[in-house]
Amino acid sequence: MIPSQFDYIAAQSVEQATRLLEQTQGAKILAGGMSLLPAVKARLNEPGLLIDIGKLDELVGVSTGWLGRLKIGAMSTHVSLIDHPDLTAQPIFSDAARVIADVQVRNRGTIGGSLSYADPAADWPAVFLALEGEVLLRSHKKKRKVKAEDFFISMMTSAVASNELLTEVAFSLDSKRAGNAYIKHRQPASGLALAGAAVNLVVDKKQRIEKINMGVSGVNAMPFLARSLSEKLQGGVLPSEDALQKLCAQVDECDPLEDLHGGADYRRALLANAASRSITLAYQRATAA
Amino acid sequence: MSEAGKAKMGQPMNRLEDPKLVTGNGCYVDDIKRDGMLHLDFLRSPYAHADILSIDTDAALALPGVVAIYTGADLADKLGPVPSFSVPGNFFNTPDMHMLALDKVRFVGEMVVAVVASDRYIARDARELIKVNYKPLPAVTDIEKALLDDAPLVHESMGSNRAFMIPIGDAEGAAKALEGADVVVKERLINQRVIPNPMETRGVVAEYSPWDNELTAWISTQAPQNLRRDFAKFLDHPDAKLRVIAPDVGGGFGPKGAVYPDELMTVYVARELARPVKWIEERQESMMATTHARGQVYDVEMGVNRDGSIQGLRIHMLAHMGAHYGANTPVTAMVTAACITGAYKIPHAVLNAESVFTHTTCIDAYRGFGRTESSYLIERMVNRLAQEIDMDPVELRHKNFIQPDEFPYITPMNNTYDDGHYEVSMSRALEMADYDALREQQRVFRAKGRYVGIGVSSHVWRASFRMPDTHGTDNWCIGGWEKSTVTVSDNGGVTVTIGTCSMGQGIATATAQVVADVLSIDTDNIKIVEKDTFAAPFGNGSMGSRSMVTGGSATLLAAKKARAKILRLAAHLLDSDDDELELKGGCVLVVGQPEKSVSLFDIARLSLRGQEEQPLNEEPTIEESAVYEIPKFAPEFATHTAAWGTHLCLVEVQPATGKIDILRYIAVDDVGRAINPKICAGQIHGGVAQGLGQALMEEAVYDDDGQLLTSSFLDYCTPKATDMPWLEVDFTETPNPTNALGVRGVGESGTCGASPVLVNAVVDALSPLGVTHIDMPLKPEKVWKAIQQAQGDVQEASRHSQKTPRDSQQAQPRPQQEQHA
Amino acid sequence: MNISLTINGEPVTADVEPRLLLAHFLRDHRRLTGTHVGCDTSQCGACTIHFNGKAIKSCTMLAVQADGGEVCTIEQLAQGRLLNPLQQAFQDEHGLQCGFCTPGMVMTIAELESRGEPMTDAEIREALEGNRCRCTGYQNIVKAARKVIPEPVGYRGEASA
Repeated sequence: MIPSQFDYIAAQSVEQATRLLEQTQGAKILAGGMSLLPAVKARLNEPGLLIDIGKLDELVGVSTGWLGRLKIGAMSTHVSLIDHPDLTAQPIFSDAARVIADVQVRNRGTIGGSLSYADPAADWPAVFLALEGEVLLRSHKKKRKVKAEDFFISMMTSAVASNELLTEVAFSLDSKRAGNAYIKHRQPASGLALAGAAVNLVVDKKQRIEKINMGVSGVNAMPFLARSLSEKLQGGVLPSEDALQKLCAQVDECDPLEDLHGGADYRRALLANAASRSITLAYQRATAA
Repeated sequence: MSEAGKAKMGQPMNRLEDPKLVTGNGCYVDDIKRDGMLHLDFLRSPYAHADILSIDTDAALALPGVVAIYTGADLADKLGPVPSFSVPGNFFNTPDMHMLALDKVRFVGEMVVAVVASDRYIARDARELIKVNYKPLPAVTDIEKALLDDAPLVHESMGSNRAFMIPIGDAEGAAKALEGADVVVKERLINQRVIPNPMETRGVVAEYSPWDNELTAWISTQAPQNLRRDFAKFLDHPDAKLRVIAPDVGGGFGPKGAVYPDELMTVYVARELARPVKWIEERQESMMATTHARGQVYDVEMGVNRDGSIQGLRIHMLAHMGAHYGANTPVTAMVTAACITGAYKIPHAVLNAESVFTHTTCIDAYRGFGRTESSYLIERMVNRLAQEIDMDPVELRHKNFIQPDEFPYITPMNNTYDDGHYEVSMSRALEMADYDALREQQRVFRAKGRYVGIGVSSHVWRASFRMPDTHGTDNWCIGGWEKSTVTVSDNGGVTVTIGTCSMGQGIATATAQVVADVLSIDTDNIKIVEKDTFAAPFGNGSMGSRSMVTGGSATLLAAKKARAKILRLAAHLLDSDDDELELKGGCVLVVGQPEKSVSLFDIARLSLRGQEEQPLNEEPTIEESAVYEIPKFAPEFATHTAAWGTHLCLVEVQPATGKIDILRYIAVDDVGRAINPKICAGQIHGGVAQGLGQALMEEAVYDDDGQLLTSSFLDYCTPKATDMPWLEVDFTETPNPTNALGVRGVGESGTCGASPVLVNAVVDALSPLGVTHIDMPLKPEKVWKAIQQAQGDVQEASRHSQKTPRDSQQAQPRPQQEQHA
Repeated sequence: MNISLTINGEPVTADVEPRLLLAHFLRDHRRLTGTHVGCDTSQCGACTIHFNGKAIKSCTMLAVQADGGEVCTIEQLAQGRLLNPLQQAFQDEHGLQCGFCTPGMVMTIAELESRGEPMTDAEIREALEGNRCRCTGYQNIVKAARKVIPEPVGYRGEASA
């Protein structure tokens, strides 16, 4: 696979990157390249200019603030988010990062790249939704924040405009009586999600579920929040295994893709399995906290 | 560095090939760079069936760096059709294939235009600028639809997509046997199309010297000598001036034993332009352009009596050919027939094989070729019978095995097995598994509602082959022989020239061990010469697990001849009789008088002196050759060197997801004689991996328009490290009495055993639900659906029996398991 | 475009097209042909090298992205004329057959080794998700890796089952 010709620049600053993005037709941001470069090699994507943000250290790293505020730089690699010392209270990050692709891809791929690319079978989008995150998008003259629930527009399309750069992902996370988890069933050939369930929940003192969000990867043409499931689970303790399984088998928002790796019914069944296990694990973590 | 004194047959010595390969210093075809080298890229058809209306190459030709572009029209009166399988009398109705499509394309991936440029990036850019105007036509990729009256024809001139029909065996006898049997089981089995996918794709570097008319081609191939014959004929080039070299080959597995239009084209262009030319296949290209494998559908009837004695077998088989023939395509049916009755005394059997053209990539050899197909069929059916008559599948096998004193055994398909000791490998496998304990464990798990299954396979296959002239292209000479030449020269170094072809199976090390053992030397000073037709012109390459059977045996014989001459020369030097001498550690000693010795150096030196200094009747030089040929067994189409094994596995099926956990896998294969047990075990590991790959996950899928949906590793799933269980491997070594080494071949045993054993295990796991068969690949979704269906059937039957209690005894479902969804 | 980087300890400068893949730069321009290309979709791992100390797929990186960085390929591992312990383990355990996937396998396992952390056999297999082999069935590759990667305390691996 050989790319078509393009120009390239290694951006020295966010300002330079966004300026070039604004001013150059056919310019695209190159983050880790784990999604973009295979497409460029196959000539499915033929950018005029690649703006490499790989040297922008200011976009790397995790910072914590007051009241559970967490910021992750867009260029943080997947591997850096496994067992990160500032993320120990949020095991969902390790859960997800560990199952992305493989060692080599995790060493280069980034959370910002993954969210921007908006592959429905990627893992971070589901986590982002479950944790009700927010991204910071910068263009040459402006910046704006977009909430997770507004971020995914359609298949492979996020809210990041062609002149914008995603610079950080932010979360406001409870730590008291909170638990989260991500469990995924892989498409065996590609390693992407056939069905993945990212769950974030908070329990009250009686271990009743106060809040629960589940982000789903791999099933629909877009990652989505299973709000109908949240409504059914809210207010009660964790249902029995059977009951939970039945609930997870009836996620109203499912509108599954069908391809040779999984039909609609099967994806629903995989989701039921992943979701019930993920909810159970998140609940165990919350009640142990 | 060799391990001094360890280089003997039977030793698990480290491979000589490894230091170079593990340090990245191998030389595969894409590693070769020649001065002034050009790059070739092919524009291939995106349609399965289309007329070519026009081709516009102007923009591409104008691109700086583009040197030449060729279309089918440019070559029409210069080159003939691509060599493919053929027989005198054209019995198999071989339709021609042009190197570049002329006016029609017949499969996705067929070559249409060739672009030559100064580097591969420019060649790709130029390729993208070529405009081909196609008129798409209806295509057919399903084998049964291809036989319907209104199916689009792949080759109009044939009037039908049915390439040929062959009945093999005894139709009348089989019919009577089935009529008389207590129980007849009917089953439809699919052996799905797979794509072999060696890790290195194909490629060629070709170079031409006009001043001496010498044409050299480095090709990632399994059979350089066969290719030389094909190229010489096709290009009308004197074969003495045509050199084919297989450099390091990154896996062959069968498809690299064929002859391909892209390889021919590269060599042709090198000669035309008198510039070195390189072409390297990309992976997606490979999935379309390199031959596929298996692709058979069987309707099987098998009869058994309640006492477990198998009565008869009748099979109607449809075999995909693809759109064209490769080098071996049509013989799949015959090779499948050869071992179709497996290890069993089946008195009557018939196979009706219909071979069918479809708008797909052609089917050709792949690890197991024909024998994997037959093993799958018979081992699945034997288990099917066992389930039907409620007999343990091991017991059913015991009852029907051909016994050692019944060999040579002529099967109902008119093929001869030379020998077999199936009980030996079976009992070893049962012992390793502690079979009775496993069955007990299964009962315990089943009582808890877990789906645990045990699979058995007692596969019989034939290693190496000898066929009459109905194999390969008409330029091949696949006699079942190999020639080996052992030369002792200069300072006592030993060179062994063989005609087989290393591609990862460790042939060089195993061959060196044979010679080192016979001549009592270390491997430090042994050079194996192979894979270069200038240096090793005679041979038939490596395929069908023939290398050590034929090449190894020839080497043993040649080494023994060389040893005899060494002893004669030593006797002369030591003034002794040959029979008082022994070879030890690179020296010849007088037995009992170790101070009387001469080294191989001294002997080599003597051998190079003038005639008058040689012993009487000896010529200068120690260069001894031997040919080993597989004996011919009547009746015709016999191959040789029966091999067999028993595989056993334990699986658990997860009903919520359909996923299969392989808890144990035991493989006991008879290899005759393990020249290097470490290498033999590695062959079993690799063969089992490919067999499990087919059983669990691999499938080449075409849509109705003929698009190959599985054309990358994103969709075509080969096993990864996490997919493989730990393999418990052992060998039995029943020496083959008919070859000098006593070997049986090992490369394909793993694939023959793995697919049936896995399917048998999963069906066994789900048998409490009434499941009797699931087709490969056992993808989790398919297994899940089978469970859903079976659970639904059981519930339905249960509801029915609740509603009509009087009928409930007849409608008794199998015991319902406690299910956690 | 001009790039400057270190390859196997040597400083290298070159003028390359932006679209030149790092794998092609190493193989065709630097003649380091030990790194192989086995697929089109960044899955097979035959092209694995180390960039700034981490295993990455060189087919999914542009040469220009490596500017200023440190590349280590399979060719650097041998210790003079001797195989390094991991390479020796591959030979001793028969962890290679055709050898095409081998450099990539070795480079991935070398990174695991450099982490110095104990791993179970299952974790080693998981870590090889991005390296495909068609010859060995992976068993002997895991055995080779086992020789350089420590086991967790009290762990009994596949081979001792």
